[in-house]
Amino acid sequence: MPHSQHPIEILRFNTCGSVDDGKSTLIGRLLYDSKSIMEDQMEALERSADITGGGQINLANLTDGLRAEREQGITIDVAYRYFATPRRKFIVADTPGHVQYTRNMVTGASTANLSVVLVDARQGVIEQTRRHTFIAAMLGIPHLVIAVNKMDLVDWSEDRFWEIRDAIEAFLPKLDVFKDVKFIPISALNGDNVVDPSKHTPWFEGPTLLRHLETVHIASDWNLSAFRFPVQWVNRPNDPTNHDLHDFRGLSGQIAGGIVKVGQKIFVLPSGLKSTVKQIWTYDGPVQEAFCPQSVTLVLEHDLDISRGDMIVGIENLPGMTADLYARVGWMNPRALVAGKKFLLKHGTQTVQAIVNSLESKVNIHTFDSEPLPTEIAMNEIGEIRVRTAKPLVFDGYGTNRLTGSFILIEQGTNATVAAGMLLPPSELVKPEYTDFAI
Amino acid sequence: MSSYHLDHLQFLETEAIHIMREVAAEFERRALLFSGGKDSICLLRLAEKAFRPSDIPMPFLNVETGHEFPELIEFRDRRAKQLGAKLIVRTVEEAFKKGIAHPTPGQISRNQLQIPVLLGAIEEFRFDCCIGGARRDEEKARAKERFFSFRDSFGQWDPKNQRPEIWNLYNARLNPGENMRVFPLSNWTEMDVWEYIKREKLEVPNIYFSHERECFRRGGQWLPVPPAHNDNGKPDPYDGARPKPTEKFSKLIVRVRTIADMISTGMIESRADSVDDIIAEIAAARVTERGTRADDKASEAAMEDRKKAGYF
Repeated sequence: MPHSQHPIEILRFNTCGSVDDGKSTLIGRLLYDSKSIMEDQMEALERSADITGGGQINLANLTDGLRAEREQGITIDVAYRYFATPRRKFIVADTPGHVQYTRNMVTGASTANLSVVLVDARQGVIEQTRRHTFIAAMLGIPHLVIAVNKMDLVDWSEDRFWEIRDAIEAFLPKLDVFKDVKFIPISALNGDNVVDPSKHTPWFEGPTLLRHLETVHIASDWNLSAFRFPVQWVNRPNDPTNHDLHDFRGLSGQIAGGIVKVGQKIFVLPSGLKSTVKQIWTYDGPVQEAFCPQSVTLVLEHDLDISRGDMIVGIENLPGMTADLYARVGWMNPRALVAGKKFLLKHGTQTVQAIVNSLESKVNIHTFDSEPLPTEIAMNEIGEIRVRTAKPLVFDGYGTNRLTGSFILIEQGTNATVAAGMLLPPSELVKPEYTDFAI
Repeated sequence: MSSYHLDHLQFLETEAIHIMREVAAEFERRALLFSGGKDSICLLRLAEKAFRPSDIPMPFLNVETGHEFPELIEFRDRRAKQLGAKLIVRTVEEAFKKGIAHPTPGQISRNQLQIPVLLGAIEEFRFDCCIGGARRDEEKARAKERFFSFRDSFGQWDPKNQRPEIWNLYNARLNPGENMRVFPLSNWTEMDVWEYIKREKLEVPNIYFSHERECFRRGGQWLPVPPAHNDNGKPDPYDGARPKPTEKFSKLIVRVRTIADMISTGMIESRADSVDDIIAEIAAARVTERGTRADDKASEAAMEDRKKAGYF
């Protein structure tokens, strides 16, 4: 039941753009104008403004929480901020603009429903605009906002706004994944069109940024069409004194796609074992059905050999299953990726050995064209690779399901997370043998 | 008919349960930091939701400064017992005796000394992962934390070189001696915590609710008067933390908003004596900052607390 007083839905968004495009200032402005800044924070801002800002409050200091960030006036790592309006609750990831911190931008953006890409109205579209828009598209973020900032410095020129809009719309078709794209002319510093409509833009008929964030439709962002349940933890109370619990064998995990119902037939992959859902156990009592992204414990009709890393799926809309994978990766390590290297690959609840067999292509960030057969993929570059894993993965294309279509690569020894991987759709799906259910 | 839709608390809950189960599956020697405070109370319910009907597969760990509110200790011990969990308590006092921590001259507060005691416990039990109740909305630097926060063999956090944390794929790999701090409540706000306590009907120590208490004024805060010291054979553990004759002394209607120990917890004047009242107090405090209800009485207390609790 919706509460009347409290926000009932969370929107997660990130802000990205080049250095000095005003990302942190924009978040500061959102917090400030939505009255989400606490008194002591305000006092601290005013104090620092008196000393360094010539009386002007520096809203960026609200999110740049590391000493090194304040010293250099840049954002190094993602800062998360939280605010709420009567309509929604927001989790904001303020992500860095510097090319060298792109991996932190990916961290903040990977869980976002919406990405705000800032463009400096004076600079127009630059490499970082293209890179960030590309990464947002690659990560499958459904909603995009292009905030054309510092409009006050181009005299609120409608022509300039359209020039930038045209330049971005010229390359958007190459990305073609966003559910919606909004262009908003703003001044983060002065607050125009951030929370309150600007009197400088009579020619702009769209919503303010906050109004858009409050109203953009996000209910369908989870995949509810194909049941996917990566087994996370086998729940065995093993309590000989309690008759009910003695034989309890539950499979705990977070539903990564679709809906599950009591009585539903399922496959366990990769083994191919079949069973039926006997009970959906939760702490609050058994339920008849559950859906993505709920965390539940499934009890099956049969006592099967199932462990962490296995995937339980519905008998319709089956996933792919292979050890030879084709994926797009964003590389995050100073040591470039070359073919033949071995890693640990974490996909869902499973970690397996993997070898990168070949580098197929690399994206040219200026043209968005693919350059075939690169010798290496360097830090912050994006490419397509072939990977072979020691065990087959049960997966979907990333475009279909962000949770079952994603993986990370971990370098053995240093244990560094070196790549974000997005699987391309499987070339063939698991072939089930339905007849066994007749037994 | 279901709408297949999670509200914000359900979303935060499923995210936190997933993280708890990752900890259980990926680490061998894990612990849950349980102080009896409101955040760790939520952690316990999330652990129940993550692991029942099995036992919670990790002991609870708490570091005592020796200056705790007795109400909190009683509550902590009772909850651990109710849940059938093993509770490990390590104290600053013991650490002095073992020589892993040393009293700071001129410093009564033992807040800082909790750090070596915690690291000592991690070493003693060879914990590779500790779950904590810290939240990103508490503080600026905390806003930069990952869910899985890697610590080197000295227990240090390197904020400029954190592992990328992408989707819900947490890299839990460690080399010997290293450990992980995991914060399932990272995305929760103070309001979320109280709304969750309300929804789950969780018991909290009674010092969160308004009560009459002798307080004294020090450093711009109302500090609680420590319990009387009757054992003349031993040194007074609260030596230095008792009101001096020059300090203002009053019997007030107060509650705590955040709990450290008796020496470092400022009491706020408040009439909030139910979870609903506390939620209203926090919400009203926000409105006051918006400048629309400056006359609201409840908000004054909530606002004062924020000023007092400097690190917030």
